Amino acid sequence: MTIERKEIEKLATLSRLAIDEKTIADVTGRLSSVLALVDQLQSANTESLQEISRPFHTSQRLRDDQVDETDQRDAFQAIAPQTHNGLFTVPKMIE
Amino acid sequence: MNWETVIGLEVHVQLATKTKIFSAASTSFGATPNTQACAIHLAMPGTLPVLNKQAVNYAIMFGLAIDAEICQESVFERKNYFYPDLPKGYQTTQLEKPIVGRGSVTIQLADGTEKAIGIHHAHLEEDAGKSTHEGDLPYGMSGVDLNRAGTPLIEIVSEPDMRSAEEAIAFAKKLHSIVTSIKICDGEMSQGSMRFDVNVSVRPAGSSALGTRTETKNLNSYKFMEEAIEREVERQIDLIEDGGTVAQETRLYNGDTKVAKSMRSKEEANDYRYFPCPDLLPVLVSDEAIEELRRALPELPDARQKRFVSQYVLSDYDSEIIASDSNMSAFFETVAKDSSNAKLAANWVMGELSGALNTAGLSFIESPVTAQQLAGMVVRISDNSISGKMAKQVFEAMWQGEGNADEIIQAKGLKQVSDSGALEKIVAEVLDGNPAMVEDFINTDESKRKKKLGGFMGQIMKASKGQANPQQVNQILLQKLNALL
Repeated sequence: MTIERKEIEKLATLSRLAIDEKTIADVTGRLSSVLALVDQLQSANTESLQEISRPFHTSQRLRDDQVDETDQRDAFQAIAPQTHNGLFTVPKMIE
Repeated sequence: MNWETVIGLEVHVQLATKTKIFSAASTSFGATPNTQACAIHLAMPGTLPVLNKQAVNYAIMFGLAIDAEICQESVFERKNYFYPDLPKGYQTTQLEKPIVGRGSVTIQLADGTEKAIGIHHAHLEEDAGKSTHEGDLPYGMSGVDLNRAGTPLIEIVSEPDMRSAEEAIAFAKKLHSIVTSIKICDGEMSQGSMRFDVNVSVRPAGSSALGTRTETKNLNSYKFMEEAIEREVERQIDLIEDGGTVAQETRLYNGDTKVAKSMRSKEEANDYRYFPCPDLLPVLVSDEAIEELRRALPELPDARQKRFVSQYVLSDYDSEIIASDSNMSAFFETVAKDSSNAKLAANWVMGELSGALNTAGLSFIESPVTAQQLAGMVVRISDNSISGKMAKQVFEAMWQGEGNADEIIQAKGLKQVSDSGALEKIVAEVLDGNPAMVEDFINTDESKRKKKLGGFMGQIMKASKGQANPQQVNQILLQKLNALL
């Protein structure tokens, strides 16, 4: 399986990444070799194996439902690019 | 051509946990902007999510309530998209292995029939923040409040089993009734606790292929849902009959202006590049944990409705109205038990009290008249101390906080006279004092005499200062007049 230049451009747009001409060629080549490795893995016979989504034999730990966070708005907003009356502000986004 | 409407719903239900799904920040509604937005939901570098046990339990409880499969190993995934109300750049949700699998919900329709609506699955996910575009903001800017970000949700996805707005609304109401009865959601729709996305398509009647659907997002009232569905069906039929085709798109319906518009083309936005979230391990749920939750599951609306019919001998109609609302049910049961008159309790809870609460915009939990107070009043109606008319005065006074029924009855001198000796005396006095009326009654044709009784009743009620028991007076009056014939 290979990846086309067009797909790289689309992924870059969806990921909000700027990618120049030179980099596209480079990234396309490198991602294609990763996909080739995946192809190779897929040729292995896994019929007798059970599917796992994680390489660990543990499960998610759960937390009790108790409030344990305090208001740190001032600290967070001090490092935000822009705020107004307690709101984070961003360039207007309306569909 | 005849068209058939096909509707499927995606319902977002905010879970009634104290804290967020992946952090210990509070979820309380209406807090000052961003005071409940912690490092995790602000996506500060180095933070990791820790899953809330209660959110998992609530999702399982929903699954049990609709008789669904519970997935004992469910997995969280990242749904990637950019929007300012989601600082992480992805929503943590479930896709391949949702916690709740197939189930079904039975709805009751106006004509008395029932219909099963399939549930495809329900999954756990986090809510996003809220952006505002108007009001006090710098020019050209939108404001973002991330208090809501990370509030636990279950998204319930139905099969496209509904065929009309009526069915869609019956389904939405049933889900509301279920999630509030098992107390996993406060059900406050005006606060966004339940939000509905409606998928609508049309097809020629008799066809089994599905038409292209549109999705109208974020409806938070039954009325808006009904309007949005009806307008969308009409729009799609007009479009097709005029030779056009329906585009798959997301639409927004504005309940105030009654206008729906296209939000964005779905194809591009739909490329969410889901992948398993590396920050969260699979969630394992044991058989024992499921059984424990099943045992503790509160009574469901359908079971409650059947119990009301058998235990309190309520009609199907009354029991269904009361049982669909868990707070109303609890209120009714207290009144019924304390007063030992379930029928009267049901009438007052569904009638006068519901009306007054509705007008005041209050819920049964906030009722100024307590269930015990209402029961006290129902007892006085049952034992004939007060008439139905007097009871309305007593109710009004209780609503105004003037005390319990007996105190009000005494203070206002409302006691109904049911002592037959005293009533006979009053009736006799009125008859003696109005010989012309009596004469007129005797001379009136038998078929028309009944109409003449009103005049006597008026005089008697006046003489008793409105306190005579009307049923008893009626009996005594008829006896005495018939004796004169």
